[in-house]
Amino acid sequence: MANSNSAQNTPASPELPVVNPTRRKAVKAGFATLGLAAFAAAISPLRSAAKQTSAQAFFQNHYRELSAEDKRKVIARLEAETKEKYGAEVHIADDRPIPGTKFVYAINLSVCNGNGNCVKACHEENNHDRATHQSYIRVLEMDKGSMELGNGDSEYQGVVPKDGKFYLPVQCQQCDEPPCVDVCPVKATWKEEDGIVVIDYNWCIGCRYCEAACPYHARRFNWKQPEIPAEEVNPDQSYLSNRIRPAGVVEKCTYCLHRTRRGKLPACLEACPTGARVFGNILDPESNIRWILENKRVYVLKEELGTKPAFFYYFD
Amino acid sequence: MSDPESVTPDQAAAWDQGSTEAESNPEPELFFVSHESDQGEQASSERSVSIAKGSRIASAVPIQKAPGSDRYPVVIQRYEGAPMIRLQADDPLQRQGQVACSTCHSVRKPNLKNTVAQLDQFHQGFSFAHGQLTCYACHKAQQPDALRLADGQPVAYREVMSMCSQCHSQQAIAYQHGAHGGMNGFWDLSRGPQFKNNCVDCHDPHVPKYPSMKVQFKPHDRFLQTNDQSSDH
Ligand code: HEC
Ligand code: HEC
Ligand code: HEC
Ligand code: HEC
Repeated sequence: MANSNSAQNTPASPELPVVNPTRRKAVKAGFATLGLAAFAAAISPLRSAAKQTSAQAFFQNHYRELSAEDKRKVIARLEAETKEKYGAEVHIADDRPIPGTKFVYAINLSVCNGNGNCVKACHEENNHDRATHQSYIRVLEMDKGSMELGNGDSEYQGVVPKDGKFYLPVQCQQCDEPPCVDVCPVKATWKEEDGIVVIDYNWCIGCRYCEAACPYHARRFNWKQPEIPAEEVNPDQSYLSNRIRPAGVVEKCTYCLHRTRRGKLPACLEACPTGARVFGNILDPESNIRWILENKRVYVLKEELGTKPAFFYYFD
Repeated sequence: MSDPESVTPDQAAAWDQGSTEAESNPEPELFFVSHESDQGEQASSERSVSIAKGSRIASAVPIQKAPGSDRYPVVIQRYEGAPMIRLQADDPLQRQGQVACSTCHSVRKPNLKNTVAQLDQFHQGFSFAHGQLTCYACHKAQQPDALRLADGQPVAYREVMSMCSQCHSQQAIAYQHGAHGGMNGFWDLSRGPQFKNNCVDCHDPHVPKYPSMKVQFKPHDRFLQTNDQSSDH
């Protein structure tokens, strides 16, 4: 751990890292893709993670190039590995987008009280490392009247809501113009038809360009192999979603695609005791989410960056 | 609001397709606001679906798509019957002593002027903080086992939400569109039903302010160095 700390240089400033996506694109264009990939792999903070990769995993194709038969084999291998490493019997599905859906999330900030149950639900649902309480969600305690993310405090404790504050849960915004996708040198991350930005965790080389490119700090590097007691492993998994990710890759929220692509609501929404969260298919004119966009004054984070989030915030 | 239908635990489990026996929280973990009115044995078995995080409490009629519809219903949590008063002393047969409001109030003349502070004969330790409302703004004076609407018409406790909604239309409309009150289950009603809390699951009618909560869970970012705002290096 101490070792990994020094190996990276995330600025200690409270400001979330903002990267100008156009500049990133320019940088990318300046290199041949292969060269950049090799370079990125070389500076990957966990090069040693490669040692843990089995030969099969190493020679595995990119998810999008796998045939149905290949996928079946890869998934069987991952299930067997989970059984071996964690002692847990899991089922890894390959959930594909439902035709005619585009997922959108919204949060009522008048109602959210910062209790953090969503953070915990994500932790459990998505098989995050237990010791570090990892989660795809951060809730920022904000001064009323300000939307300046950099001033938010994610480490607040105690009784909520506090006077003069509101609470801003932040997770992957599933942007329509995702800067994280643009910077990936190996195309291990992409946007699917239903709007979810996914990562092939077996293809990711852990270079962390995407993590730096994300203005919402929604991507995080998996520093170590997650440790989860067998009985706590959520066995209901999907390849692009909550299967246990290997160390040395970047991971992020997928709107719980292993649930939402089966018609269910995301885990963070179900866990919200205040009812602040709303999720649905924007293409359905009858949907809750559509009503909110048509009837509430909604806000997107860092609109000026042109990332076009599929995640909206509103006050009553 | 459409009539609620009900669900058995087995059926509820079946909707959680994909989840196996190893489902992590089989205990119905109700939202922390417990429903104090006690319906007695018989009535409580008729309660419709109770929303708990991830799991539900039972009753009789299966939830299905309405005839001619390809959609499952949106089921709103409801409580059958009027509240009862649980008496302190149990009877010799160890039964819980419970009496209906009408037991006393059908013989006792309503005192329209009574305020919380004056309730010292029977309803002791009663807390109330709901604007300046009088008791009989909600309780039906002439029908002790019913509530009342704005026009004075009686309304069953089961329909308490229509009463709340008369005074709080903004929240009521938002509720209908999922923007207040939350939900559980399926966003896609062609695949399964959705469950919603009752207003009184989250708001005690007498002290409706949503209670404060304590933050229980925090990611340990400090050790990950990803969002470290407190260190000084
Ligand atoms: C054991 C008898 C008894 C039962 C049962 C009872 N009450 Fe009362 N209630 C009283 C008495 C006596 C008062 C007079 C005020 C006091 O408590 O000092 C009263 C007062 C009230 C008042 C204030 C207005 C008034 O007329 O004084 C309301 C409202 C009320 N009760 C509602 C209820 C409801 C609702 C129930 C059922 C859940 C119920 N009561 C059950 C005895 C009872
Ligand atoms: C905003 C509407 C409203 C007002 C005002 C109101 N009540 Fe109630 N009361 C209710 C509802 C709704 C229930 C049923 C709650 C439930 O199902 O648990 C209830 C239940 C009760 C009960 C039985 C259960 C319990 O919570 O103890 C008593 C006793 C009672 N009310 C007394 C009073 C008295 C006395 C007053 C005036 C001081 C009053 N109520 C004012 C709506 C109201
Ligand atoms: C007769 C009208 C009336 C009815 C019926 C009524 N309310 Fe209220 N409610 C009020 C008023 C008036 C206030 C106080 C508003 C204020 O202080 O600005 C209030 C306040 C509230 C608040 C905010 C409380 C706070 O302290 O922040 C909540 C929550 C609430 N009501 C919920 C409910 C629920 C749930 C019901 C149904 C059980 C209900 N109300 C029924 C009139 C009503
Ligand atoms: C899942 C829990 C939940 C349910 C169900 C729920 N509410 Fe609320 N409600 C909240 C929370 C949390 C707040 C606090 C937000 C705030 O302070 O404004 C709130 C606030 C309110 C307020 C106060 C708003 C204000 O501006 O102070 C009213 C009135 C209210 N709710 C009415 C209702 C009514 C009516 C229903 C049923 C149709 C309902 N609520 C259902 C959680 C709920």
